[in-house]
Amino acid sequence: MLDTFAMFDDPTDRTNLLLSYADKFKEVPPTVAVRPFDRSHLVPHCESEAYAWAVRQPGGTLKLYFAVENPSGVSAKALAAILDRTLSGLPASEIAQVDPEIVERIFRQNISMGKGLGLMSMVQSVRALAKAAG
Amino acid sequence: MSDIASRGYADPSVLVSTEWVAEHLNDPNVRIIESNEDTLLYASGHLPGSVHVDWTHDLNDPVRRDYITRKGFESLMSRIGATPKTTVVFYGDKNNWWACYAFWVFQLFGHRNAKVMDGGRLKWEKEGRALTRDVTSITASKYKAPERKDKPVRAFRQEVIAHQQKKGQLVDVRSPEEYAGTRMHMPDYPNEGALRGGHIPGAKSIPWARAINPDDGTFKSAGELTDLYVKMNKLNKAKPTIAYCRIGERSSHTWFALKYLLGFKNVRNYDGSWTEWGNSVGLPIEK
Repeated sequence: MLDTFAMFDDPTDRTNLLLSYADKFKEVPPTVAVRPFDRSHLVPHCESEAYAWAVRQPGGTLKLYFAVENPSGVSAKALAAILDRTLSGLPASEIAQVDPEIVERIFRQNISMGKGLGLMSMVQSVRALAKAAG
Repeated sequence: MSDIASRGYADPSVLVSTEWVAEHLNDPNVRIIESNEDTLLYASGHLPGSVHVDWTHDLNDPVRRDYITRKGFESLMSRIGATPKTTVVFYGDKNNWWACYAFWVFQLFGHRNAKVMDGGRLKWEKEGRALTRDVTSITASKYKAPERKDKPVRAFRQEVIAHQQKKGQLVDVRSPEEYAGTRMHMPDYPNEGALRGGHIPGAKSIPWARAINPDDGTFKSAGELTDLYVKMNKLNKAKPTIAYCRIGERSSHTWFALKYLLGFKNVRNYDGSWTEWGNSVGLPIEK
């Protein structure tokens, strides 16, 4: 995934790629969580009001789920879709190793410092969920 | 009389309704500009014919903490196909917070022919109006801008210090928690690095979003704004006033409300704001 993003130097191409992931975002199903969501799953410091869950799968892997309550939170939806596609199905121990710095490599010029920190917090939340499940 | 004209604003010409914008989407003398916090939001769907101005990359100097130069502004205006005669209309997310910020930066270069779409994206979307992902085709224009003129609308650190020492009017538009110093960033936002919490001594705490009707993002009426700023918080329209927040974005929204909607005679935005004041050695802080 990071290699794919590395190939997109042009800001417009990168924006379109990110947008394509945001379009693929699927909210957490009611079988996993329903509103009002448990605040313990709220990603801290993310202004898009994102929530994250990690559900253990047969075989010991994890499936990640997200909700993004801010309808304008397009970047958070894009990152949630990317994290789901790249990390779901991996063992908890591997997910717990994901580096929050990937946000910089994925979004590059598409984020401000504040938003970057909020998105990194999404990755940190996923790491914490994986560690707790491991 | 339109709804905006009936609200009693000092200068109602700076606000246009979503209806007005819908009627001017194809007006060659009007350029609709979207400015958001999330830079992907414009690409995910925008007003037909609108252009994107990104607050980080288009309005700020790429290296030092400052705004673009005259040359940068000319380049930006050329890119969006605007001339000095073009009416620019800003809109965006977060109750037009970033739209007002962009409006304010445009005033540093004296582009007076500028307006804000009342209600921003929220109202436009709630009304079910069209959004598109079509790339707006723009013919680059030639724009000759004057040198940036900060003084009328922008306050710098030394000016704020002098203003504070004279017990001048200061408006802290951050959240009550930031004002009290119990947190150094907005609720649910990351900390962008102030070493000390609190507020500039003497500043009134009036969170920026109190100027907005939360249901549709429109500005409150002049009467309601007068109640908030003048009656409740004892701000005097005739006295010099400085608004600040964290980096000058939220306070540009309050600057807009005070200057144009209430007619404050001398109001400036301190864009250094708390990330400068709260990091400066020796400056007075109140909690």
